[in-house]
Amino acid sequence: MKSKLAILLNGIIRQNPVLVLVLGTCPTLAVTTAVSNALGMGAATIFVLICSNLAISLLRNIIPDTVRIPCYIVVISTFVTIVGLVMEAYLPALYSALGVFLPLIVVNCIILGRAEMYASKNGPLDSAIDGLSMGLGFTLTLFLMSTIREVLGAGTFFGFDVTFGVLKPMSILTQPAGGFFVFGVLMALSIFVQQKSGQKKIKTTMDCASCGLCDKGSCGGCDKKEEAQA
Amino acid sequence: MKELLVILFSAILTNNVVLSRFMGICPFLGVSNKTKSAVGMGIAVTVVIAISTIVTYPISTLILAPNGLSFLNTIVFILVIASFVQLLEMVLKKFMPPLYSALGIYLPLITTNCAVLGITLINIEDFSGMGEFGHAIVNAVGTGLGFLIAMVIFSGVRTRLNCVKIPKCFQGLPITLVAAAIVAISFMGFSGVIDGIFASASESIPFFLK
Repeated sequence: MKSKLAILLNGIIRQNPVLVLVLGTCPTLAVTTAVSNALGMGAATIFVLICSNLAISLLRNIIPDTVRIPCYIVVISTFVTIVGLVMEAYLPALYSALGVFLPLIVVNCIILGRAEMYASKNGPLDSAIDGLSMGLGFTLTLFLMSTIREVLGAGTFFGFDVTFGVLKPMSILTQPAGGFFVFGVLMALSIFVQQKSGQKKIKTTMDCASCGLCDKGSCGGCDKKEEAQA
Repeated sequence: MKELLVILFSAILTNNVVLSRFMGICPFLGVSNKTKSAVGMGIAVTVVIAISTIVTYPISTLILAPNGLSFLNTIVFILVIASFVQLLEMVLKKFMPPLYSALGIYLPLITTNCAVLGITLINIEDFSGMGEFGHAIVNAVGTGLGFLIAMVIFSGVRTRLNCVKIPKCFQGLPITLVAAAIVAISFMGFSGVIDGIFASASESIPFFLK
């Protein structure tokens, strides 16, 4: 039981997929303009992560090693399509707000990365918990970032006015530039906390590297490879 | 013709794929540390986006949509893109070794680049029918060029970053993201440019577009 809890907490804090592993940057920046969008995106990602981790873990002895990436992509995109159809039917406003980033969950490196790094090596229950943990870590970071951006940038929280007629929103924060800026500052903050708490620094790798594709020699352009060559 | 130019320029500047649509952030941050690799990645992405649009657009409009299977778009597209990238890699390796050694290492990364899947999906939404096939291709090429320009500009910014003393907790990715924010602000300046050039174009087409 204790080990299950450790898996769960691992993804939320120590190996936070967004701030520490630096995975899934595109949706992080794109949907955090409003808290409701961020939570919707987080929920969709949690569902896809749990289901795909579970399915891939169950299929891990059947999928041939050479074609595993296409297999994972098919499994993941099936679940993404399910989420898309359900959301279009029951939450049309959220569906149109997330737009193209809903189908783009397919290429979210958190999901492919966890399939490759965790689900393909561990049992179904552990994999499902790992999916939940990573999904929660992703959602919490999205929530934090979207709160900062929505409150300071638009003067609202969940669409409710929080300026009290006094504060003046800085609309730059809801613009693309603000997204990069808030993300950078948050990441610096998380590194600062890590350094202060004396925690051993977990190497932040770039997106592709963390996917685990690198080790198989199928990837080229990232920092990890260059370090290996140097 | 004017319509195509509007699509091309807004894809490159105002709707820049990285800096205002937030697609392909991963290679944008990961591969932009040297100008040479930034150019290589940019060209590879442009080629792949253009060809995947040429392949996926007819599949969707001629096969999936008439049969009511549009919900399969995502699954079909990602498979087409993945297998196409694999094929391109093999073809380049066999017939154009110099080009392969220049671009080859970037190709596998492109499969998981959300710009490619994103633009092919956006093209299906924005344009309809085979009549607008040309528009979709122009949009794809413009997006790729926009990616290339953003990568090259940003790699220049990053070389400058190497010469600056940075607070310890900002070293590495955080300061890169802040720098990206400043580059994104500069691209916000383009927001009115397209309207300015093309809005009154019927009366006064700029000389270089006549």
